[in-house]
Amino acid sequence: MKLTRRDALAALSAAGVAVGGGVVADRVVDDETLDAELLEAGEDEPTLDESARETLVAVADVVYPTGLEGVAAFVETYTEGRLLADESRRASVATTLSELDEVSREWESTGFAALGPGDRDGLLRELAVDTADPDPEGLLPGRLRYYVVNDLLYALYASPTGGELAGTPNPIGHPGGYRTQLSPEYQRASPAETRDPTAERRDSVRGDASDETETDTSSETTTADGGGDSG
Amino acid sequence: MVDRSPEPRADVCVVGAGPAGAIVAARLAEAGHDVVVLEGGPRFDDESRREKLDSHLRPGEENPWGMGGERDAYTTDGDRDYPLNAARVKGVGGSTLHWQGMVMRLHERDFEMATRHGVGTDWPIDYDDLRPYYAAAERELGVAGADDNPYAPPREEPFPLPAFPPSRSDSVFAEACESLGLDMHSVPNARNSEGTDEAPACVGYGTCQPVCPSGAKYTAERHVRTAEAAGARVIDRAPVQRLEHDESGDRLTHATYATPDGETHTQSARQFVVACGGVETPRLLLLSRSETYPDGLANSSGAVGRYFCDHLFAGAGGTYDRQTDQNHVGFNTSECHQFYDDDDPVVGTKLEFLNYAGPSPVTTALNADTWGDDLLAGLQRDYGTHLAMGALVEQLPQRENRIELDPSRTDDHGNPVPQIHWSLDDRTRAGLRRANEIQTAVLSELGVTPEWTVGPADTGPAYHHMGTTRMGTDPDASVVDPDLRTHDLDNCWLVGSGAFPTGGAMNPTLTIAALAVRAADRLAAEL
Repeated sequence: MKLTRRDALAALSAAGVAVGGGVVADRVVDDETLDAELLEAGEDEPTLDESARETLVAVADVVYPTGLEGVAAFVETYTEGRLLADESRRASVATTLSELDEVSREWESTGFAALGPGDRDGLLRELAVDTADPDPEGLLPGRLRYYVVNDLLYALYASPTGGELAGTPNPIGHPGGYRTQLSPEYQRASPAETRDPTAERRDSVRGDASDETETDTSSETTTADGGGDSG
Repeated sequence: MVDRSPEPRADVCVVGAGPAGAIVAARLAEAGHDVVVLEGGPRFDDESRREKLDSHLRPGEENPWGMGGERDAYTTDGDRDYPLNAARVKGVGGSTLHWQGMVMRLHERDFEMATRHGVGTDWPIDYDDLRPYYAAAERELGVAGADDNPYAPPREEPFPLPAFPPSRSDSVFAEACESLGLDMHSVPNARNSEGTDEAPACVGYGTCQPVCPSGAKYTAERHVRTAEAAGARVIDRAPVQRLEHDESGDRLTHATYATPDGETHTQSARQFVVACGGVETPRLLLLSRSETYPDGLANSSGAVGRYFCDHLFAGAGGTYDRQTDQNHVGFNTSECHQFYDDDDPVVGTKLEFLNYAGPSPVTTALNADTWGDDLLAGLQRDYGTHLAMGALVEQLPQRENRIELDPSRTDDHGNPVPQIHWSLDDRTRAGLRRANEIQTAVLSELGVTPEWTVGPADTGPAYHHMGTTRMGTDPDASVVDPDLRTHDLDNCWLVGSGAFPTGGAMNPTLTIAALAVRAADRLAAEL
C-alpha cells in the first residue's frame, strides 16, 4: 500500500495544521491544487536539516509496518507542514532527533539512519521508547515517544491509507465524510406499525426489571466513571 | 486590548453564553433590544478546533477547553463522586462546545410524573405548551431527524434537515431487534446532515465529543454570532461574582463582574437573565445572598441548588463475528425509545445503539507498547468488530441531592466553590438493571457475549445538570415561575436545565432551547 500526498495533508489536517491558504484535507481538490498548496507551504527553507530528516524517516521505517511505499515523501511532507507552523516544536524535534543520533553513534558507532532495520528497532527498544510515556519535557525516551514516534504514528493512522491498513477508510481525525459508515442500504428494525411484533420474544425482553441481574463490572467501559453522554 | 468595560445602557444583561443565554440574547437583540452578555470563560478561536482534535487524541493531553483549574474547582460530599468538569465548558458557546449533540423532545408523561405515576413532581406547563417551542428550537439548532419514531410525542412539522442514515452496526443490531420485537428509529442530531448557510455538512472527523473541527455540530456560538450581528455585545472572560438588588429586594440592579486585568465592574440593566447551567446558576444565586435574601438570592423557597439530578448511563458491549465499522463518526444514528413510557420501573429509559464501540486505530497506536508489523497486527485484530449499546436512565428529583457552597475551598476569585451532594435511589438502579437486561438480550441474540457492562454498581452521570432552580407555580416550593422568572425578583430570569422539575431520560439541550425561546418571548413583552 502506498502513502500519498493526500495522506500527508489529511494527517496535517488531523494535527490541526492549515496548509497553504487553508486546510485542504476536508475539501475535494485536484492534484494540481494540491501541488500548488504544497509548494506554497514549502516555499521556505526545509524545517529540519538533512541529517534530522534522514533520522526521522529511519524511525518511521521502524514504527511503520513493512511493505508500505512512499514513507519518506509522506514523512517529509507531513513534517514540513507540522513544523512550519510551530517553531518551538521544530526546535524540540531537532534536538530530540540529534540526541537519538548521538546515542546511536555512542552505542553503535554510527548514525541512526545508517543502522540496519533490526538495529534501529533494537536501539529504540533498548532506550525503552516502546514503553515510555510521551513527555515533551522529559528524558530522551519520553521526548522520542512524544515528538517522534507518536507523531509518526498519529500521521499514519489518522490518514486514509493508514486507516485502511487497520480496517477503516475513515479513521478518527480524518474528515472522510459520514457516508463511509452510514449507507442507505443498511436497515433499522422496522417500526411496530409496519410489522407483526413477535409478542413472545418481546415479553422475554420486557421482563420484570426488579429481578436482580448479574452484571460483569470487571471489564472495560467505554467512558470514564461509567458515565458519559453529555448532550 | 479588548474592552471589557460595562455597557452604558442595556435593556437586558445575560449571564452566560451557552445555548440558553445565547438563544435569549439572539432573539432579544434581533427584536431590537440592547443586550449585553457576560461570559466567564474565553472566546475560542475557530481555527484552533483542529489543534484541539489533535490534543484530544494524544495520550496525556489536557482538557481541550481548559477546564479543571482553580477557576473550576468543586467538591463532592455524597455517597457518589461527581466528575463535574468532565463535560462542561466555560466559554462562549458553553458546554455545546463539547457536547454530543443529541436533541430529543421530552415525552408528554415527563411533564406529569406526579399525576400519572405518583412520583417526582408535575411541571407547571405540559407538552402542548412547549410543543411549538420545541419546533422553534429544532429550527434554531438545525436538527437533522426523521419522523420515524413511533414512541415520540406528536409533532407538527418535519425536522429542518434529513436524518443521518443508519450505520452498518445499526443494520447488525436490526437483526436482533427484529427477532426481539424492538423498534429502532433515527436519532435527532444537532449536526448538519447537509450544508446550510449556517454550517457545512458533517465530514466525519469522529471526535464530536469533545470537539467538532468542521463546525457541522451545533454550538451556541451560532447564536452568539446572530446576537452580535444584531447589535448585542458579548464580553468574554468576565465572570459574574454577584448579583445585586434594590432596597426593596424586588428587582436586580446590577451584576458585578471581574476581568482578567484584575478590575471589577458593574453592569446595570432593566432585566437580567442568568443562564450559567445547572450548577453555576444556583451557585451564583447562593453567592449573591443579602440581608433580604440571607439564604441566597431568589431563594425564599429554599429550593435553590436543591433537587439536583442527572441521567445515568447504562451500557453493554462485546465483539461480533463480522465487521461493524465503528468509530467512523462520533455520533449515533439509531435509538430505541420503546421502553421510555413504561411504568415498571417508572423511570424513563432511552436505549442507544453506539457507533463508537471499542478502540480506534489511532488512539490505540499512540498508547501501544509496540510498533511496526506487531502494532498493525494488533490494530487489525482489535478494530472493527466491536458492538455496544448505551442507555440513559432517569433520575427522579430528591431534595437531598443538591448544590451548595463549600466555604472550605475557594476559586480563583476567592468565592466558595460548589459542593455537590449526589446519590442514587432504588428506582434509578432498577432502571439501570432493566437497561442492562435489554442490552444483554440484544447482544445475546447476535451471539455476542457481553464483555463489559455498566450498570447499577458502576454507573456514572451523563453530565446533564438539572433541577436546581426548579420551575413551579408555588413560590414556597419552586424558584422560577413557568416563564422562568424568579418568584422573588421581578426582573430576574433563570434560563436553563435548572428549571426542569423532572428530567426524563432525554438529552436536555432541546428542552433548554425550547424553554429559552419561550422565556425570550415572555421577557420581550416586559421591555
